[in-house]
Amino acid sequence: MTELAIDAINLTRKFGTMTAVSSLNLQVEKQRIYGFLGPNGSGKTTAIRLFTGLLKPNAGKVNVLGCNLPEDAEKLRRQIGYMTQKFSLYDDLTIKENMQFIARIYGLTPKEQKVRLDELISTYQLTKLNNQITGSLSGGQKQRLALACSVMHKPKLLFLDEPTSAVDPENRREFWEQLFDLCDQGVTILVSTHYMDEAERCHKLAILENGIKRADDTPQNLINNLPASVIEVSTHNLRQLKQQLIALPEIVSASQLGAHLRVLVNKEVTEPVDFLNSTNMISSKTEMQIVRASLEDVFVLSTGNYTNLKLNTHMNINKANG
Amino acid sequence: MRSLLRIQAIIVKELIQLKRDRMTFGMVVMIPLVQLLLFAFAINTNIRHIPVGILDLSQTALSRVLQQTVAATGIVKFTQNYTSLPQAQAAIDRSDVRAVLIIPKDVSQRLVRHATVGFGLPPSSDKVTSRPIAQWIVDGSDASIAGSIKSLRNMPLAELLDKPANRNVPTFEVSLLYNPEQRSVVNIVPGLVGIILTMTMIMFTSAAIVRERERGNMELLITTPLASIELMIGKIVPYIFIGAIQVIIILGLGYSFFNVPINGGLWQLTFATFLFICASLVLGLVISSLAKNQLQSMQMTIFILLPSILLSGFMFPYEGMPEIAQYIAEALPATHFIRLIRGVVLRDVAVVDMTFDMLWLITFTLAGLMIAALRFKKTLD
Repeated sequence: MTELAIDAINLTRKFGTMTAVSSLNLQVEKQRIYGFLGPNGSGKTTAIRLFTGLLKPNAGKVNVLGCNLPEDAEKLRRQIGYMTQKFSLYDDLTIKENMQFIARIYGLTPKEQKVRLDELISTYQLTKLNNQITGSLSGGQKQRLALACSVMHKPKLLFLDEPTSAVDPENRREFWEQLFDLCDQGVTILVSTHYMDEAERCHKLAILENGIKRADDTPQNLINNLPASVIEVSTHNLRQLKQQLIALPEIVSASQLGAHLRVLVNKEVTEPVDFLNSTNMISSKTEMQIVRASLEDVFVLSTGNYTNLKLNTHMNINKANG
Repeated sequence: MRSLLRIQAIIVKELIQLKRDRMTFGMVVMIPLVQLLLFAFAINTNIRHIPVGILDLSQTALSRVLQQTVAATGIVKFTQNYTSLPQAQAAIDRSDVRAVLIIPKDVSQRLVRHATVGFGLPPSSDKVTSRPIAQWIVDGSDASIAGSIKSLRNMPLAELLDKPANRNVPTFEVSLLYNPEQRSVVNIVPGLVGIILTMTMIMFTSAAIVRERERGNMELLITTPLASIELMIGKIVPYIFIGAIQVIIILGLGYSFFNVPINGGLWQLTFATFLFICASLVLGLVISSLAKNQLQSMQMTIFILLPSILLSGFMFPYEGMPEIAQYIAEALPATHFIRLIRGVVLRDVAVVDMTFDMLWLITFTLAGLMIAALRFKKTLD
């Protein structure tokens, strides 16, 4: 058995009548980057807060780095880093002051502080910004600072809650390079996101919706096991065609991408192109081709109204709330 | 050791933030400075120069001398002259003057029959001989102004007649200790220490934790090993020094500008102030843990501040309040502190001798710190 950093069994958390996380079973192996993919309000943040001991579950158990929550929450706090969704360092302190503050909070001695700060400042390219007031930084710079602060005490497990929501694509690439560096040094990372390209970088991925885990596997397996064929249709009158196609039971979903219509046909239909031709909705000259499924297709299929489809054997489909 | 380091982290952070926040920093100095000047000059229970009018129906040399003798007391200042009673009354209604002195036509006859003139004691039952020589009509809605004018009732008239003063032997001898000149500023300045500390200390800390929550910093703090009690202590310590600065400003100015004596020892003063600053800061923390945003915390601060000004004995004597108000006053830290500091500054008593007030402040601080630390849970539930 591989060692688990997080082992959650039937974890449930309610806020009043709303169930934010429902019977979540989740196993995260050590030294992996694990992704949480889900729309807003899908329970990503709540799940992370349950794993960090910030919230107490209504039911179920969770063991994080050998600590049983919520009893061992204080003990766990020294071993984890948490980068919040909203920037939560002090805007009226300089970068260095913020880092010193965090270093002191984690009980680093003045000597250790100096070494660690120099190390982090060079790793996260903050040298030039050192004495700048944090409030005046750009999104990317703030995010590098937040990451530097969250790894100040060399945590074994790092939680990143939508870390790149205020960051441009180039900074996002760099950011992920840094995450892989950390992972290489032995850190387990759990990252929540609603970006497909980010989700695809994770070692393993869980798709959440309405507090329910719809699927979890490696991005590659999720794509390969998609229970639908993806066909790109190029024609005009795409809006009208979409409405007609979507009414058919065999069509799982249809969405427009520029001049194409991306149609997902149930895998039980063995010859999807022939099937589409047979519907008479598409003229015979229309260009159609089977394309590789993307993570977005997986996401679309596992959320929304398509969950009644059997996705694949690895996917835990929760029948409740279906 | 680690715990101290964490508290230090919070203190350093608070100080840097305070240093950057020029407005707040300025308020630390300006609030005591301006309030002291305002209150010490403005609040005066020895009322002088009340604007009054005169209705002189006799128009004699005597009536004019009488008017001048009254004006010489300094209590009233004649600003208006009226010729008829309705005119005088209308002037009081319009608030032109607070009172009118009516000198009757027969003022000379009244005076010669008056006791001070010395034809022997008049029988008090005899209406003819015991008539007052003139009358005040007063706007009695303000009790203290009415009181001042009432004090003129037994004004000696000996000087008027160029006779030696006919001294009465008082029933009681009264010795006024600690403030023999009856200057109200002597009582106000030490009390003002209590009011200004209540205001600034509660205001600063009540916003302190709410602000962290509003700006999202709290989400970060609760994921760290920082304990709630460490956060509380770290938040309080910088403001203890700020409170000390304010006390020095108020008492220093009071001493040098308004001649308020500081009779008690410095250590007694420091001890009393320290107790009260801690109690106020802790009260602020409790508010902070109850309020959801900075506006709410401000409202709650005012909720505490008003009774602290009105009921603590700062403005009105505690003994004059009805029993219920006294109970409320007892609950406020300001009441106990104002007793303590007046005791130390004016009467040189030791804080330990005022056991009840001292213990009450200590208990309040400890209980408040517990409540605040418990209310601030390290979970988001």
